Amino acid sequence: MKIRYLIAGLLWTLAMASTVFAGSRSAKDAPATPVVQSAEADNMRIEGEKRYHANCGRCHAAPQKFPPRMMATVLRHMRVRATITDEDRRLILFYMTQ
Amino acid sequence: MGVLLWLLLRGVSISQTETDKPVPILTGNIGTFSFVTGGHNVIDTQLNPVLLVPLGDKWLIESRAEFEGEFQRPEGGGPYGGPVEKHVDYAQVDYIANRYVTVTAGRFLTPFGIFNERLYPVWIRFLQPDPLIYPIRTAPSDGAMFRGGFPVSPKANVNYAIYISATRIGIDSVDSERHVGGRMGFFLPGPRLEVGGSWQRTLQDYRRTAFGFHTGWQPAKLPMSIRAEYAHAYEGSGYWAESAYRLSQVHVWQKGMRRTEVVARAQQFFVGAIGANAEADYDLPDVNMREADFGVNYFFRDGLKGIASYGRQFSSEGNFNQWSFGLAYRFLLPLGRVSGAQGVQ
Repeated sequence: MKIRYLIAGLLWTLAMASTVFAGSRSAKDAPATPVVQSAEADNMRIEGEKRYHANCGRCHAAPQKFPPRMMATVLRHMRVRATITDEDRRLILFYMTQ
Repeated sequence: MGVLLWLLLRGVSISQTETDKPVPILTGNIGTFSFVTGGHNVIDTQLNPVLLVPLGDKWLIESRAEFEGEFQRPEGGGPYGGPVEKHVDYAQVDYIANRYVTVTAGRFLTPFGIFNERLYPVWIRFLQPDPLIYPIRTAPSDGAMFRGGFPVSPKANVNYAIYISATRIGIDSVDSERHVGGRMGFFLPGPRLEVGGSWQRTLQDYRRTAFGFHTGWQPAKLPMSIRAEYAHAYEGSGYWAESAYRLSQVHVWQKGMRRTEVVARAQQFFVGAIGANAEADYDLPDVNMREADFGVNYFFRDGLKGIASYGRQFSSEGNFNQWSFGLAYRFLLPLGRVSGAQGVQ
């Protein structure tokens, strides 16, 4: 029983601390497919493709593209499961939804 | 727990106002394989559905179940038959607190090494037989975990997981174990090299420490992947190392060659201090063992592959051939409206 209260307490503390620490919405919380200028979009696409091959290939063959809302879920799953960085997640999502 | 529920509901209300919100997904894999070990055939058929439910910007509920039937002929002949096992591999809530920390609660895959968490699904693994050391400290954990991955320089990312598992979770039919552990790894995106280590300490009837190391490398100029793991625990120790090479650089029959992958694995297991008779309780071999496997995977399309492999086990109990053949398929279905023009497989 003590363990359960300890876990609940830890989660609560971390959740609250993170909410304060993370502050308001920032660039990292931006929409999945932001509106960007053409040159910037090209750079993001190139960087996204690079990170897609580097990260996804760590475990499995490169998958095909899926609709954006599905890709957003898959990438969130990979953020947790494969501990990919938030920047990698955003760039890969951008590449996979263009 | 009330606060967590409130945060969950808050996440739902946020998600309902967004137009680009991620959609719940049902994914997973189906596989059917024939394993012939020492002339004895077992047909293994399994379904592993994975449910992903994102909530708001920061939450994810995920769960994977396993339905597995191992069918074989009874001694003396007769039709194939056998039990169908079913269990929940994990059922967890993830809260992505910020770029450094994700909090996970519930039943989760134990992050000891990389095979259990990342390479286990049949559509991902290079070879279908489990590595000999796979059962070492990979039973599910029930508790909480902090994890994350972030860059420490433009050339290196670090990833980590720290977890605690409770003895009981209030459900009598669910076995659990009290332990703490962690894993840390470094990934260099340039050379695509990953190295890391794991640690776990059991805090139940006995207190024993286990540790392990893992590595992976995907050279950018070759369609090749190399992985290896080492684990050491009271119940045993050992290693596996495997490699896969896609034949896309072969200039004959390119249409087929770029879909073909040849794989190989070498591994060894050493019985631990627990004693040979108890090894079976851990699904581990009861004698020291070596094994070499070679295989071919053919990708018919994204998510569908045919597999064939041959392996040979060497131990004091005898040497055996091990053949495997089969099909593995990964499915991915949206559980809601999706936008975009791409097709859904």
